[in-house]
Amino acid sequence: MSTTHPATTTPTPTGALNLSRTTATAARVLRQLRHDPRTIALMLLIPCLMLLLLRYVFDGSPRTFDNIGASLLGIFPLITMFLVTSIATLRERTSGTLERLLAMPLGKGDLIAGYALAFGALAIVQSALATGLAVWFLGLDVTGSPWLLLLVALLDALLGTALGLFVSAFAASEFQAVQFMPAVIFPQLLLCGLFTARENMHPVLEAVSDALPMSYAVDGMNEVLRHTDMTAAFVRDALIVAGCALLVLGLGAATLRRRTA
Amino acid sequence: MMNYSSEPPRPDTPHGDEGRADGTPAVRARDLTVVRGPRTVLRGLDFTVPRGQVTGLLGPSGCGKSTLMRAVVGTQAKVTGTLDVLGLPAGHPTLRTRIGYVTQAPSVYDDLTARQNLDYFAAILHPGRASADRRQDVERVLADVDLTTHADALAGNLSGGQRSRVSLAVALLGTPELLVLDEPTVGLDPVLRRDLWQLFHTLAAERGTTLLISSHVMDEAERCHRLLLMRAGEILADDTPDALRTRTGSETVEAAFLHLVDAATAAGRTKETTR
Repeated sequence: MSTTHPATTTPTPTGALNLSRTTATAARVLRQLRHDPRTIALMLLIPCLMLLLLRYVFDGSPRTFDNIGASLLGIFPLITMFLVTSIATLRERTSGTLERLLAMPLGKGDLIAGYALAFGALAIVQSALATGLAVWFLGLDVTGSPWLLLLVALLDALLGTALGLFVSAFAASEFQAVQFMPAVIFPQLLLCGLFTARENMHPVLEAVSDALPMSYAVDGMNEVLRHTDMTAAFVRDALIVAGCALLVLGLGAATLRRRTA
Repeated sequence: MMNYSSEPPRPDTPHGDEGRADGTPAVRARDLTVVRGPRTVLRGLDFTVPRGQVTGLLGPSGCGKSTLMRAVVGTQAKVTGTLDVLGLPAGHPTLRTRIGYVTQAPSVYDDLTARQNLDYFAAILHPGRASADRRQDVERVLADVDLTTHADALAGNLSGGQRSRVSLAVALLGTPELLVLDEPTVGLDPVLRRDLWQLFHTLAAERGTTLLISSHVMDEAERCHRLLLMRAGEILADDTPDALRTRTGSETVEAAFLHLVDAATAAGRTKETTR
């Protein structure tokens, strides 16, 4: 075995984003999921089941179903991706694979972008299924283009991935990670305008809801629901959600340390 | 596993490549100190690890072996003093492809097969390499740790010893110059332990790899070229097994270690009383 290849002479740039390391990471995350078909089935089917349920809960008032249904199309990917990412990242931390990866020439950006790419792909499938079901089979009345619904859903999924990644840094166990769901998601759910219009809330709560990203996800969905074309408000909402996702992804990257105590 | 001889390997003359590179040791520490929370885990250590040899890091659990290894690999925070690895400060980005590191608990993805784990880590290590080369590398390390027949089993379904060998195989990818192995043989049966030690010696002899291996099993110490004996964050001895036995007039490395611990404890006591 003396014919060893000179591994060290291969230039392996670290730092900034490396495309093949990012895609290798995304492929690895998806491959892990493929060994867990039940999780995939749950991720894809539950949003559809919930929409189906809602459709018949509001059997007598299709307007309400339109409002809540569209909002939920934005909220599902956020919640699912939040949960999946926070647990997946926590597992990376506790299994020692994160330490191993960071001792290797993997950039933090590669890891985060890899996760975002993998879960983003999954979110596209999830949202496409849920949106298709709602629009074509459950009679969700959307004035605008369903593609815009899909776009917002994808941005929401990215935001969920970002939040999950960030929060997992503060969870020492799976129990804690799961508890971050109610802590981070529920307040946004209550304040995002799903249950009552944001302008009807107590002024303090309205101000708080103005600062929470999920409010803009729901607002964006409602813009698509009511307007035929892309409104300025929609663009603003989409940009805010995307901006928040990038900001939190950056914060998440900062929580990954090559050197730990 | 490599069955070059049925004899357990004994540390013979190291075939290392002293002439390689600039002749600096693989690891050189001066006044190396590590603080974890309120505790000082390593206290001003001075030691060197020669290239192309198997150096054993021995001591009771909790004495700071893992912390020392993490400092060498560059994953330990709050390291002060000087610590040069392969001629560069520990943690230098270019070292990341030149060091293979195995943590005490196997760090592999349980929901991937052994081969998928290796494929992924190989892609991270050398993304520029042709996939055929990478595949060949993966097959080589699978053979090194004798897991070819289990390559397509999920890591989570493998036995503890098999999983730790997957973890070891990851570290062997890309033929690193320095291997840092934290208790790689813990929980393995005697046959596997012997085979792995044979592999370690083959790596040192044929590929000129430097190995730093921790253990708390003293009989493994006899198989190392050099030993670093640690206790409570300090290095009690840095010598060859033979020299240690001779110096302390002991039969085994274990006896030598106990002798040194007793001497250190006694010295500590006199220091206390004279203070």
